[in-house]
Amino acid sequence: MRFILRRLGFYLIAFWVSITLNFLLPRFMPGDPVSRMFARSAGQMQPEQIEALRKLLGVDSRPIWEQYADYLHNIVTGNMGVSITRFPTPVTEVIASQIGWTLLLGGTALVIAAVVGNLLGILAAWRRGGAIDSALPPLLVFIGSFPYFWLAMGALYLFGVILGWSPLRHAFTDGLEPAFSWEFIGDAGAHLVLPALTIVLVSIGGWMLGMRNTMIATNAEDYITMAEAKGLKPGRIMFRYAARNAMLPSVTSFGMGLGFVVGGALLTEVVFAYPGVGYQLLNAVQGLDYPLMQGLFLTITAAVLLANFLVDILYVRLDPRVRAS
Amino acid sequence: MTVSQVSFGSHEPVLEVKDLTVKYVGDTRSTTAVDRVSFSIGTGEIFGLAGESGCGKSTIANTIMRLLKDPAKIAGGSIRFGGKDVLAMGPEELRRFRWQDVAMVFQSAMNSLNPVLTIGEQITDIYTTHAGYSRKESLRRAAELLELVRIDPVRLKSYPHQLSGGMRQRAVIAMAVALKPSLLILDEPTTALDVVVQQEIMAQIKELQHELGFSVLFITHDMSLMVELSHRMAVMYGGRIVETAKAADIHTAPQHPYTQALMGAFPPLTGPRIPLTGLADGVKFHNIPDLAEVTPGHFVAPFAATDTASAHNSAAACGPATSPALLEGAAR
Repeated sequence: MRFILRRLGFYLIAFWVSITLNFLLPRFMPGDPVSRMFARSAGQMQPEQIEALRKLLGVDSRPIWEQYADYLHNIVTGNMGVSITRFPTPVTEVIASQIGWTLLLGGTALVIAAVVGNLLGILAAWRRGGAIDSALPPLLVFIGSFPYFWLAMGALYLFGVILGWSPLRHAFTDGLEPAFSWEFIGDAGAHLVLPALTIVLVSIGGWMLGMRNTMIATNAEDYITMAEAKGLKPGRIMFRYAARNAMLPSVTSFGMGLGFVVGGALLTEVVFAYPGVGYQLLNAVQGLDYPLMQGLFLTITAAVLLANFLVDILYVRLDPRVRAS
Repeated sequence: MTVSQVSFGSHEPVLEVKDLTVKYVGDTRSTTAVDRVSFSIGTGEIFGLAGESGCGKSTIANTIMRLLKDPAKIAGGSIRFGGKDVLAMGPEELRRFRWQDVAMVFQSAMNSLNPVLTIGEQITDIYTTHAGYSRKESLRRAAELLELVRIDPVRLKSYPHQLSGGMRQRAVIAMAVALKPSLLILDEPTTALDVVVQQEIMAQIKELQHELGFSVLFITHDMSLMVELSHRMAVMYGGRIVETAKAADIHTAPQHPYTQALMGAFPPLTGPRIPLTGLADGVKFHNIPDLAEVTPGHFVAPFAATDTASAHNSAAACGPATSPALLEGAAR
């Protein structure tokens, strides 16, 4: 318990540092969103409107510590301002409309890649030199080293355009109303398969190789020989003795991956025209949309920290040796 | 060879190893780790296997339980356990044979326990797998086992890293006798422990052996410990057995020059200080012939008479041939 509280304190401090950086960095960037909006509207704005916009967007000439206090207050109350590129939608709404799809796509791909990759790694190491161990690692590394957008476009062209097995774009068929109906879920699922599959294909090799290597080291441990001598069933030795010990590094990578899912998968979103945070972030940067940028960075930071915190807690459950120290 | 007729404890041997040869096969060359080794162990007998590091002792232990991994290959010979051919067992038969018939205490108790499972889980999985007991019944028996080796049963909930080295080794010994096997292999069970704990562990093993009556294959390079514990023993050199007899006979009248050197490398605890003798620098034995009986029950590999003369050497002339004790002896 004390361990968890200590970790929590650590993550709160890390969160504070990152939101402070999040506040400072855009303010050190050259350019000013209001002048940019002004330029875009081709001089059709009145000076009062500009002033009002400045106020609204928080681009003001107040001392920086006052802005900072405001900023902190806004974060605590969940008010992240209004998006500039999608004016006048509030940032929270912009993010909320995209994050579900990002989590769905990234989460599905991550879970499948991690689970299947680790299982393959376990099997490959257990039957070292066997069929799985000889054929899969080179193949997966080969696939994983394609440029992602090339692989994604190739897959889209083959399965979408030529074979017509997969929808070409978007997260669900245009005109369909999002609802919790079988029809909609099935449709969204069909749209999810190819984008998720391409992400799984490029990332699964890393999971498999990582697990295989740790597992081979674990298999040489004396407690594995002892477990064999004990006459335990091979499945129990493989999972409870070998994989249970070898999975610890994988759990860490999984936590990191989980945090970064929130950042979105930009290339996938672009190729498959899939809604998501990645594309939103690109837009925000291009449009100098500070509030949206800050909102997105804040969400990503919070997600990475939260995922790390969860991994820390999980790690304590998984490895009794951490508990003592 | 006819060594198998001289088992000590009983007429019925528990384990019979005949002409066992194990090779480590490499791409360019192979090493013969165990070369035509034969011995047998009777019911309730403690059989010691001594020799320097790399002479093939542990390979024999692992071969008996069929735990060898590539590149080790059994190149010939037979292992019979209670009439069953161990080398011919299928995977399932082998799995049942392990721990029920033969259990083993490994060199490093520190590392032979799974760090992420509690002691309790690691004992109960023996019972649930082999005896088919329920979890509750297994836990009850596991608690009894720990009491048998004088560990508080609350330790069932402990993880290996929470126990001292001696406790871990005792926990492993408790696991080894969980199913009352008829043969227990001890592969240098006390190497990593200090002498006081060593004594406790050995006393524990003796007591358990007395109580449960299993046979023991005791492997060590600690000759004094072995002579004290074993009924009969064999001395190995370079994958071959060079001498086998009752422990007392080897202690009082070692025949083979290598055995003599090994015995001479240990200082007596009491009595006057004597210079230690060991194998002289560069002495090696090649092409060791099969054992021959010199006195009833005492088998020695024939050696050339010149071997004795050249092999024996006073400490003054000795290099660091076999034992660090040698150097200490010379320094006095």
